Amino acid sequence: MGFSKPVATDRSATGIPTGRLAMWILLSSEIVIFGGLLVCYLLYRFHNTEWGHEAAHTNVWAGGFNTFVLLTSSLFIVLAHHAAETDKDNEKAFKWMWATIGCALIFLCVKAFEYTTEIHHGYTAQANPFWAFYYTATAIHAGHVVAGGLAIAICSFDVRKGEHLNRVELTGIYWHFVDLVWIFLFPLLYIAK
Amino acid sequence: MSDHHHHELTFSEKFLFPTDHKYIGLQYLWTSLFMGAVGGFMAYVFRMQLAWPGESVPLFGVVTPQNYNALLTNHATIMIFWVAMPMLIAAFGNILIPLMIGCDDMVFPRLNRLSYQIFFVSTVVLFLSFLVPGGGFGGSWTSYPPLSARAEYSLTPWGSSLWVLAVALEIVAFLVGGINFMTTTMNSRAPGMKMMDIPMVIWMINLAVVLFMFSVGPLVAGAIMLLLDQQLGTSFYIPSGGGDPVLFQHLFWFFGHPEVYVLLLPTFGFMAEVITTLARKKLFAYKTILFSAFMTGILSMIVWAHHQFIAGIDPRMANIFSITTILISIPLAIIYLAYIWTFYGGSIKYELPMMWASAFLVIFLVGGLTGLFLGSSALDIYFHDNTFVVAHFHYTLMPITFFGGFTAITYWYPKIFGRKMLHGLGVIHFWGTVIPFNGIFIPLFMLGLAGQHRKIYDYTHFPDLMQPGFQQLREFATISLVVLALFQLLFVYSMVMSMKTGEVAGNDPWGGTTLEWQCPSPPPHGNFATLPTVYRGPYEYSVPGSDKDVLPQNMPSKA
Repeated sequence: MGFSKPVATDRSATGIPTGRLAMWILLSSEIVIFGGLLVCYLLYRFHNTEWGHEAAHTNVWAGGFNTFVLLTSSLFIVLAHHAAETDKDNEKAFKWMWATIGCALIFLCVKAFEYTTEIHHGYTAQANPFWAFYYTATAIHAGHVVAGGLAIAICSFDVRKGEHLNRVELTGIYWHFVDLVWIFLFPLLYIAK
Repeated sequence: MSDHHHHELTFSEKFLFPTDHKYIGLQYLWTSLFMGAVGGFMAYVFRMQLAWPGESVPLFGVVTPQNYNALLTNHATIMIFWVAMPMLIAAFGNILIPLMIGCDDMVFPRLNRLSYQIFFVSTVVLFLSFLVPGGGFGGSWTSYPPLSARAEYSLTPWGSSLWVLAVALEIVAFLVGGINFMTTTMNSRAPGMKMMDIPMVIWMINLAVVLFMFSVGPLVAGAIMLLLDQQLGTSFYIPSGGGDPVLFQHLFWFFGHPEVYVLLLPTFGFMAEVITTLARKKLFAYKTILFSAFMTGILSMIVWAHHQFIAGIDPRMANIFSITTILISIPLAIIYLAYIWTFYGGSIKYELPMMWASAFLVIFLVGGLTGLFLGSSALDIYFHDNTFVVAHFHYTLMPITFFGGFTAITYWYPKIFGRKMLHGLGVIHFWGTVIPFNGIFIPLFMLGLAGQHRKIYDYTHFPDLMQPGFQQLREFATISLVVLALFQLLFVYSMVMSMKTGEVAGNDPWGGTTLEWQCPSPPPHGNFATLPTVYRGPYEYSVPGSDKDVLPQNMPSKA
């Protein structure tokens, strides 16, 4: 089962490396998925102004802290990229990648804490469509945090050995997207009352 | 890289877990043909019930109302998601893209393999949905809530969720495959192949993939919300819980209508290749066709609410959607006329693909023109939900899927298997398909105009619809369907027999210009002995001043 990379993979008629091009196409399809979900939410919000009372029960401090954590993680993945591309220091890139994963874990722990307290107070997904949207949007986002974290973890070991260094950039682009989705979710779900 | 061009593939690398684009394309092709038989069988069963209500259907038995609903729903679902998409986009996209842009494979062969594997799992999940308690989902392929959102309404507690899951997996398979298609086309073209040198079919498949990607996203979100309504008891679409069922209709048709063009564009691509090659003519107005296809794609995303004219949307909005719906016929008419103009002055060879291409142009025209009636929000009040609509969309989707599919299969069969398809059998199959096709759906136009509603299990309960002439038309349609189905057995026979007894094709049986005709038939792993360089556009037939009939894309200019 020898698999050899086809010539096609290394061609670049556009001048954009194949991996980066594919990542942007992937993200544009992700944007429409999240975009669809958020447009649905916004349309409902405009028609149901009383959802503001429900939104008041979200934990803005926890959400704000998580925003800070995710933004920091985005900085870490940029530093990993810088270490791999400019400094050619694979060990340093590896460490920054794991710092990013550490932030992802903190984010998920805080999110789990939020879910637990909210469910204990009776704000379940069945309680009201606001909470249904809240759980759906944040859970899909959390799924992306897990997927991004796993991708970074898998790539980090190759990077440490000096292989597939371009994947630091690719996972980094993805990670920025995960971050950006949260930047939309936080004000729309937590802050808007 | 020279060693891997001559590397012999093992059985598993060819047929079980291939990464070679041609074998993945064939996996999609065989699966779609098999699913076509399944979907066709379902249509046979429920049409038999309509023609002879309550009687036992041969090979099935007595059809219960639950059976009827599940068969109707899954017939539509299978024909669109498991036949049309895999055949027109995945099978031919996989086979043709690397061959026609002159490279050795897709950019991500293993992602390509994953795409088929997800698709295969989705097929298994769909079949499982028939076997669970309560049976398969019966809420129509549109799966409108609240009916689809609560087990106590749909009576299929497991079937409806497995159905949603199967469709979602199928969508994921196509998104994964689509990333590969687009990246390959953008980045891996042969040196010298500029944007306007890309063969039209490759443009069309890629436009279809882009259109699919941008229209399906909101439905992915919508499907997750539907699954949560079904399984967790949330109320996204349940009015009593604060939700809105019309939201799902918007999400569904925001995808559902562009989907028609997702399927149509690849078939338009097949037409461009077949008509130019077999009429020995340059494609008339390449750029106009291309930009009209862009316009079609853009307009198709703002027509969706014409499916909801009587769903309680604002009548002012209905007016706007009427206008955009009728507007979309302009770019399509431009493409159509460009194709007809391509025939003009050509030296037309009525080989099998050309017969199918011509039949497509004629039959699809009926589908397109009846669409104008339905696009008008006033007329739609009468036409909505009757069998005029059913006949209309079968006059579009059957030519797109099957006539388009047969065009592509008969045209590229010699490339894929090294031999041409048997002409005599093909001609019999052609007429045995085209004539009964009209026999099925012309009666449905008539019944629809007479007011016959669709999705009804047994018309004997509706005296208005049980007048003698009506029932005869239903029987005529059903008999036509059986005849059409029997002729498809001939096609299967012809496909198998042609592999052994067809005329040996050689590299270029039709005298084509595009790159897939410049490599051996069937192409080896790696496709080309030397990867080609491109010097000109794809349709240089009968060039004035040239001593040759065709100028292949990879032939260097003398000057």
